[in-house]
Amino acid sequence: MKIIVAIKQVPERDAPLRIASDAKGIEERELQWAMNEPDAYALEEALQLKEKHGGEVVIVSAGPERVGATIREALAKGADRGIHIVADDLAARDALGVAQLLAAAVKPESPDLVLTGLQSEDLGLGQTGVILAELLNLPHASLILQVEISSADSPQAQIKAKRELEEGWFQSIEMPTPAVLTIQSGGNKLRYATLMGIKRAKTKELRTLDATSLGAAAAPVAVLDKITLPQKKKSTQIIPGAAKEAAATLVEKLKSEARVL
Amino acid sequence: MSVLVILEERNGKISRTSWEAAAAAQQLAGTNPVIAAVLGAQTESLAAEAAAKPFAKVIRVEHALLAPYTPDAFTAALRQLIQKESPTHIVFPHTYQVRDYAPALATRMGQVLLGDVIAIEDGPVFTRQLMQGRLNGEYKHTGSGPCFVSVQAGAFRGSDDAGPQQTKAQIELFRPSLDPAQIRTKPGEPFRGSAQTVDLGSAQLIVSVGRGIREAENLPLVEELAKALGAELAASRPICDNGWLPMERQVGSSGQSVAPKLYLAVGISGAIQHLVGMKGSQCIVAINKDPDAPIFEVADYGIVGDLFEVVPALTEAIKAAR
Repeated sequence: MKIIVAIKQVPERDAPLRIASDAKGIEERELQWAMNEPDAYALEEALQLKEKHGGEVVIVSAGPERVGATIREALAKGADRGIHIVADDLAARDALGVAQLLAAAVKPESPDLVLTGLQSEDLGLGQTGVILAELLNLPHASLILQVEISSADSPQAQIKAKRELEEGWFQSIEMPTPAVLTIQSGGNKLRYATLMGIKRAKTKELRTLDATSLGAAAAPVAVLDKITLPQKKKSTQIIPGAAKEAAATLVEKLKSEARVL
Repeated sequence: MSVLVILEERNGKISRTSWEAAAAAQQLAGTNPVIAAVLGAQTESLAAEAAAKPFAKVIRVEHALLAPYTPDAFTAALRQLIQKESPTHIVFPHTYQVRDYAPALATRMGQVLLGDVIAIEDGPVFTRQLMQGRLNGEYKHTGSGPCFVSVQAGAFRGSDDAGPQQTKAQIELFRPSLDPAQIRTKPGEPFRGSAQTVDLGSAQLIVSVGRGIREAENLPLVEELAKALGAELAASRPICDNGWLPMERQVGSSGQSVAPKLYLAVGISGAIQHLVGMKGSQCIVAINKDPDAPIFEVADYGIVGDLFEVVPALTEAIKAAR
């Protein structure tokens, strides 16, 4: 079966963030980038399904030139080929605008399954997979931890997916292929790229698609007007000093001030 | 302006997060009317519960195919309701269920959901968190169609208390036209994960560990601290995702909610999914190397520093004090 994994490149988790001077984005100079972790779980699920049922795993990602490195990382982990939608205007698009790009690239591939992480670690919109399903007119389920496929080789392949509900509940969802699933983190253990994988990735196909060739971007409906620093709601006492001194002060405060020890 | 709020059911009653969404809808509407809708196969008692609140009216969106929940049925039914009522704004609680269908509904109507909103200001300007809560983004809706908004749990003060209102809101029945062939997914009965043997909910003292611990091999460091305190050990989601601690020790929206006397967060940055599970704690202490980590927004005491130095020092200080 053919599985497409939509992956986003996001700022590295611990990267120091500075708000850009126009307050509409973050300063990208000197920023380190990484694969969005929920998408890494989607990739892992895809690779395991391929190992079980055979087929092909195709990566699709939109963004400027730097995104190529994240696609290569996915290829090094075992994906077969990549499609890079080269777009420098992602920040000017809303969730629908980005999903339209992905849908335009995915559609001609006619995949059996499209996987994506349930949300991104930067904007946290958590909508791309669901919008993609709607644009491709495919059934979907979100917050999926495990995927089972029956009669994978036939056009009647069926999906049985374990979906996370709130407060420790789960349910299983069945649907036909093709379908879109958004993957929750934690369903599998993530693999590392092997040296051999990294070597092989260099020769794998990575096709670029110019975003402008996929149709004009619609005017965004949801516009990010301004980025600000969150206001503290609670006054936190930051305890100064070296580790030993700070620890002693904290214990004293927990005993005599907060009275919780 | 007219605002439609979608209320969800939990255990036969309207859920707490739905009342919060209703409060957000009221704030957004000002003096304009707010209409509430409940969806399901049997909606009579939910509608009666909603009608005690000051809504302009309550709509029962009822069809056998609306239970159990499927994204296809909810999307189709709500689209019909929105076309009939033509509200300018539609407000949802930002639940797992809403996340599953509201983006598709908005797309079908050429719109984009403003999801997980934490504040609404005049304009209206909708604030949502970016970069795992390290920044806020202020959004505006510029489309000509209806504006879809979902609000974060705990961000608005909602109540099921009907207040002094004497007259009940009028209840209307709306039967969407749904066809079984439209519903492409088949949901199973909800089931519980593995039996829980750790009840974090009743713990008085909790030491909770996050990604800052870096490796499973470093866990004994926090285990020592928990032992010295006589505290239960808990964790944020990534630690359990990695299998370093069992899922039953996870605190947050997908794990347990806790409210101990003392919650000591070690190497936890404080993503909202974690905060919702512990911010009711009496006293919160955070140890983190990043002074801008969102955990410090809810902490009473903080130590900004390397946990590999601070935690052993704290363990010693507690032992010495006991």
